[in-house]
Amino acid sequence: MPHIEVRNVALVYDTPAGRVTGVQAASFDIEQSEFLCLVGPSGCGKSTLLNIIAGFLAPTGGEIRIGGKAVTGRGMDRGIVFQDFAQLFPWRTALGNVAFGLEMKGVPKPERDRIALQQLQLVKLEKFANAYPHHLSGGMQQRVAIARALAYNPSVLLMDEPFAALDALTRDDMQRLLADVWRETGKTVVYVTHNVAEAVYLADRVVVMTPYPGTVKCQVPIRLSRPRDPLSLEFLDHQKELLRHLGDQIAKA
Amino acid sequence: MRRAAITLVMAAAVYEGIARSGYFPAALLPTLPAVGRALVEGLLDGSLPGHAASTLSRVLFGMGLAVVVGLPLGILMGRFRPIENFFLPLASALMPIPSLAWVPVFILWFGLGNATAIGIVFYAALFPMLLNAWSGVRSVNPLWLRAGSAMGADEQALFWKVIIPGASPFIITGLRQAFLRAWIAVVGAEMLAASDWGLGWVIFDAKEFLKADLMLASLAVIGLIGFLFERLVFGSLERTTVQRWGMVRAAKG
Repeated sequence: MPHIEVRNVALVYDTPAGRVTGVQAASFDIEQSEFLCLVGPSGCGKSTLLNIIAGFLAPTGGEIRIGGKAVTGRGMDRGIVFQDFAQLFPWRTALGNVAFGLEMKGVPKPERDRIALQQLQLVKLEKFANAYPHHLSGGMQQRVAIARALAYNPSVLLMDEPFAALDALTRDDMQRLLADVWRETGKTVVYVTHNVAEAVYLADRVVVMTPYPGTVKCQVPIRLSRPRDPLSLEFLDHQKELLRHLGDQIAKA
Repeated sequence: MRRAAITLVMAAAVYEGIARSGYFPAALLPTLPAVGRALVEGLLDGSLPGHAASTLSRVLFGMGLAVVVGLPLGILMGRFRPIENFFLPLASALMPIPSLAWVPVFILWFGLGNATAIGIVFYAALFPMLLNAWSGVRSVNPLWLRAGSAMGADEQALFWKVIIPGASPFIITGLRQAFLRAWIAVVGAEMLAASDWGLGWVIFDAKEFLKADLMLASLAVIGLIGFLFERLVFGSLERTTVQRWGMVRAAKG
């Protein structure tokens, strides 16, 4: 059984200008411990779909199943990382941010501090456990956000363009770090991006989405050994293939 | 701090020059040493500390009431639309009325003395507290709420662990402004409504006896207490919380 099943998911908004289809009949599976990227231009519904999987939005049609159980709202089986650095709580230290979910679960303080510190070690920030977010760089803040989303041990990690606001060099570092974290934790990851190279670097499989209305166009498996070399021919071939799928729709639009 | 001292010393020197110039009667414009003598005498015989204590206790009591009412109400207004719709017009209508304009009305209702002075303080402090708490809740980053609820926080946990700390820069500004307004209002209320005790009453009473030195000494005490509260109480509250968290920038000086 796949870990996450996306079945005919649709989201239709009622706006003053009429009904707008955000996502139309999206269907795909995500296997246990798979790294899946949702790629597409803005307006293709990739973030909307992620928010439906997260339980922030209820679909107007179809359903999402995680571990065989239908998603009806937010749940601690999923952790989420947003694009905006401001997602961290500025009034809590890095450790305090990471411990938040454990606190909500009712884990006693010594225990949750111990676990939170482990999570910070995972993203190589244990030295900054007592720093407040405003003293950390953007990349460090996103690493804290990853540790925070993993700390209460969800089986699924949802990521909404988490590195899009970082400079290119930091982004490369973060992609390497995330690949390591994923390998070590074995989480099922759903990762939204509009960056094709990023998708080829990270994903086991890429779901390409097209806009107006947001639909799944095709799925591209990335069968490259890890760690991946972004300058290798095979890597560039995969990039070209994705760009070709995306190029079709740009020509159509 | 040093620049502030230079400004104050220069202002004092100009005043002293005018006072000693002989253009004005010494009884109306006493020299600084004369004011200092009145201040030391008043402090040593315990009269000024006594008056200051009763003024301060009126302020703290009235402001305490304003916080107890204004803080929860402002937070509820920021959180629940119907409460906002009900109270906002009321606050908008009452807020522009100067608190001192209520003094004669309050004297009719509550008589001369503490009840009227405390009522005026309450009125003056209520609106800054209420409106800042309201703005604070509305300024809470929606991303914090999403992140918090994704990590398992229920409504109650969101309230205490996200909304209150998230609104804290505004809440502290509200406390600060409330104290300032209260401190201004209490002196006026005491002039008109207090009998026998309070710095405002001392100034008003000293006018009858042409004791300009005592009046200026009392003004100095009023300024000093206001300054100490501003710097020590609210300044340190801000430094240990919202400034440390990078939620407001530190003032220079």
